[in-house]
Amino acid sequence: MNFPILSSITFLPLIGAFFVFLTKSDKGDNNRGAIYISIFTTFVNFFISLFLWYSFDTETSNFQFLEEINWISGFIKFKFGIDGISILFIILTTLITPICVISCINSVKIRLKEFLIAILVLETFMIGVFCSLDLVIFYLFFEAGLIPMFLIIGIWGGTRKVYSAFKFFLFTLLGSILMLIAIIAIYWITGTTDVTQIYEIKIPQEFQYLLWLAFFSSFAVKLPMWPVHTWLPDAHVEAPTAGSVILAAILLKMGGYGFLRFSVGMFPIASEYFTPLIFALSIIAVIYTSLVALMQDDMKKLIAYSSVAHMGFVTIGIFTFNKQGIEGSLIQMLSHGLISAALFLCVGVLYDRTHSRLIKTYGGIVQVLPKYSILFMVFALGTLGLPGTFGFVGEFLVLVGTFKVNILVAIIASIGVILAAAYILWLYKRVVFGKLENDQLKKIKDVNLSEGSILLFLCLLIIFFGFYPEPLLETIRVSVDNLINNYNLEITRNIALK
Amino acid sequence: MYELKFIIPEIFLSITIFTLLIFGVFKKNSFEIIYRLTILTIFSLILIILTGENQSAKIFSESFVVDKFSLYSKFLILVSCFFVLLISKKYIIDIKNDKFEYPIIILLSILGMFIIVSSNDLILFYLGLELQSLALYILASIDRDNIKSSEAGIKYFVLSALSSGLLLYGCSLVYGFTGSTNFDQIALMTVDFNTGIIFGMVFIIVGLAFKISAVPFHMWSPDVYEGSPTSVTSFFSVVPKIAGVSIFIKFMYLPFREILTEWQYILVFMSIASMILGAVAAIGQKNIKRLMAYSSIGHIGYAIAGIAAGSENGFKSTMVYISIYVVMNIGAFACILLMKRGNKYVEEIDELSGLSKNHPLISLGLLIILFSLAGIPPLAGFFAKFYIFMAVIESEMYTLAIIGLVTTVVSAFYYIRIIKVMYFDDARKPFEKIIDYKIHGPILLSCIILTSFFLYPSFLNEIVSKVSMF
Repeated sequence: MNFPILSSITFLPLIGAFFVFLTKSDKGDNNRGAIYISIFTTFVNFFISLFLWYSFDTETSNFQFLEEINWISGFIKFKFGIDGISILFIILTTLITPICVISCINSVKIRLKEFLIAILVLETFMIGVFCSLDLVIFYLFFEAGLIPMFLIIGIWGGTRKVYSAFKFFLFTLLGSILMLIAIIAIYWITGTTDVTQIYEIKIPQEFQYLLWLAFFSSFAVKLPMWPVHTWLPDAHVEAPTAGSVILAAILLKMGGYGFLRFSVGMFPIASEYFTPLIFALSIIAVIYTSLVALMQDDMKKLIAYSSVAHMGFVTIGIFTFNKQGIEGSLIQMLSHGLISAALFLCVGVLYDRTHSRLIKTYGGIVQVLPKYSILFMVFALGTLGLPGTFGFVGEFLVLVGTFKVNILVAIIASIGVILAAAYILWLYKRVVFGKLENDQLKKIKDVNLSEGSILLFLCLLIIFFGFYPEPLLETIRVSVDNLINNYNLEITRNIALK
Repeated sequence: MYELKFIIPEIFLSITIFTLLIFGVFKKNSFEIIYRLTILTIFSLILIILTGENQSAKIFSESFVVDKFSLYSKFLILVSCFFVLLISKKYIIDIKNDKFEYPIIILLSILGMFIIVSSNDLILFYLGLELQSLALYILASIDRDNIKSSEAGIKYFVLSALSSGLLLYGCSLVYGFTGSTNFDQIALMTVDFNTGIIFGMVFIIVGLAFKISAVPFHMWSPDVYEGSPTSVTSFFSVVPKIAGVSIFIKFMYLPFREILTEWQYILVFMSIASMILGAVAAIGQKNIKRLMAYSSIGHIGYAIAGIAAGSENGFKSTMVYISIYVVMNIGAFACILLMKRGNKYVEEIDELSGLSKNHPLISLGLLIILFSLAGIPPLAGFFAKFYIFMAVIESEMYTLAIIGLVTTVVSAFYYIRIIKVMYFDDARKPFEKIIDYKIHGPILLSCIILTSFFLYPSFLNEIVSKVSMF
């Protein structure tokens, strides 16, 4: 029997959390033991996941590193496994979590120990989502993530934290509860909840539409798509920096991942049928939320709305059902994961110093924070998809894919790119350039070592993958091809039946 | 004499009750010793049941049945009663309610429940029910100097008597139209459709629904929960529910199994109504005991949904649900019994504010219990609901499933509202530091069960499959 590497990645943070729990919480804010344990755990996890990537076979579209044990006797197996689609999300998760842990050491002032526990537990649930190959297990991890995130927003959040935490919790719960009905219905239809088996058994066409809608309700809330995106700006604004980073970088990706793995994989016919709906909602999201982002005076809210717009690209890309589109949307999710994380960290740096997220507080900070301004610029350019940054690759591929399928959608989506440039550059201009008028700003210091190294690291990643995305594309290629082949087979079979 | 060996637990229980009663009358200040003896009695009963006769039998002209199903229910009743007694002792002494009758009455009600879950005959069932109910009336008003407690007792008594009347009327109708009071005989007679039997069945369902506080026969429970001393409330919310649900299952699947289509819709309605009312009415509550009352109404709604599925999976899921419900509720009430400030026990939800700062471990425990009550994975409460919905969707009752899941979201709102008070609000004065392993132990145990349940979720299923009546 092979070493259960996926389970160890998944449950290692949980074990770390347990040890953090055991550390003595002295009244002072310096809880060294807890910090060291969590940094150690998350880094080890990151390196294991890199090893996972290294030993990952990019030639096959089968699920790898399979683990399977009987769980609920008779009908549910605890099944883990990854393919090209999920492995990069796992690495994204294990990469972002140590960054969050390091960033929160400075910024979280109260109950640091509990915060670290929440982050570590959340990491377990997030990795579990991307590893699980059984619908019930997937649902379990998908929902369980609500508990730590709810607490992160509610305990360490800003002034309207209670409202935001409740909105986040109830929106997501309501969305995913319909998925639970669909999962149970799938069990009674096919006799299994094992994803790989469902891929082969194929769900009868007449059930697909309703089941697709049930899954859609869950992923659309999580992603989020217009018009159920309203929880996101609230949650982002009130969450502490590390919470926002995890939310933007990973939790949102669960929705996109879910669309690819479950909606497209299990219900191809329904997916094709509902494509116009997805396109309509996505282009509304791209245009509308970009316009809304233009008018924000809160930096975090602006980035939150820009996330919704970027996720619009993701859904457009997925539902083009061609190679460029789907690869593009995967790359877009990864790049958004890095860039939005970096942007929220940037806002966090300013917030820690001045305790204001309002754009009008700032102006001319390039004179006091030169290093910060350079890093911020790279991330801003990444957001608007400048060639040479990671952001460009994804958007470009998505647009290429979309042009093949629907020119109108592609044109409207391209307008979104221009709007993105407008809001992010305007934000940059108002915050970084101009006269340094606010006296409070004159005293603040530039990024310190830990902030600087995190941001620089992300910056290098964004530029590196902007020029050379091949390692990522190579990893996902075979799996995406397989997904599209299966999809096309189903569609042609369905047409032939008619 | 051969038959007597099957009712050893009941005989043992009755003899103990009378011995303890006589002992208590003659000895002054005997609460402490009687309390301990009661715990010992319950413990030895658990042992008797675990080691006793393992074969099924129908004795006393088939009116009393000993099978695995009834043994499992009895086991559950005893274990939960054991823990309820553990957690409530300090409270009883603190409110100066340490009368020796208290544990004895609890034992009496357990005797009633034993008879209920073992009954295979309408008359025996009714006798057991009345024995249990009479004990419960007294328990509700045990704090007799407190006007609220007396009110709770009277209210419970009047309404419960009414429902017993309806139940009895239903029994007489069923007897009149089938010519027998034996469950098996009734099942044989109901094969032919007969309006009289349907009428009788409806009355019986009404009576049973009252005992387990299913909507629309729930009105007594919030008042009784709030008025009774918390020790009694914790008992009410757990132990009679097990007996009630067991006998409910038995009625539906034994005498009335042939007229499934007739009762299914009644149960679906009661289930939907209970889930909705339990979720909606709890939102505005400020008193945590009242909130728990509505919460248990909602939970009973889910349990009935499982029964309404009318299948083997429905039966199993209900038993699993009630077992997990017991674990969660005992934990929750153990936490409520720790809410003591100054010399007074407090019951307002707002009093919990800042609990996480003053008592981090207790609030972590309550957090786990509340998320589990709300049915959030990976805690045990999720699996309880999951099995119920598996059974419901298997029977293709999609409306029931969807309403059930939507009410889950609504009820999640009021559970996380308590969490909000504990974790997000500013701290108040800490509660009195109570160090009592009798309370902390059950909380810890309950949390361990709830969090580790996901490691092997089929554990309860396997047990329940063994006791299945099918």
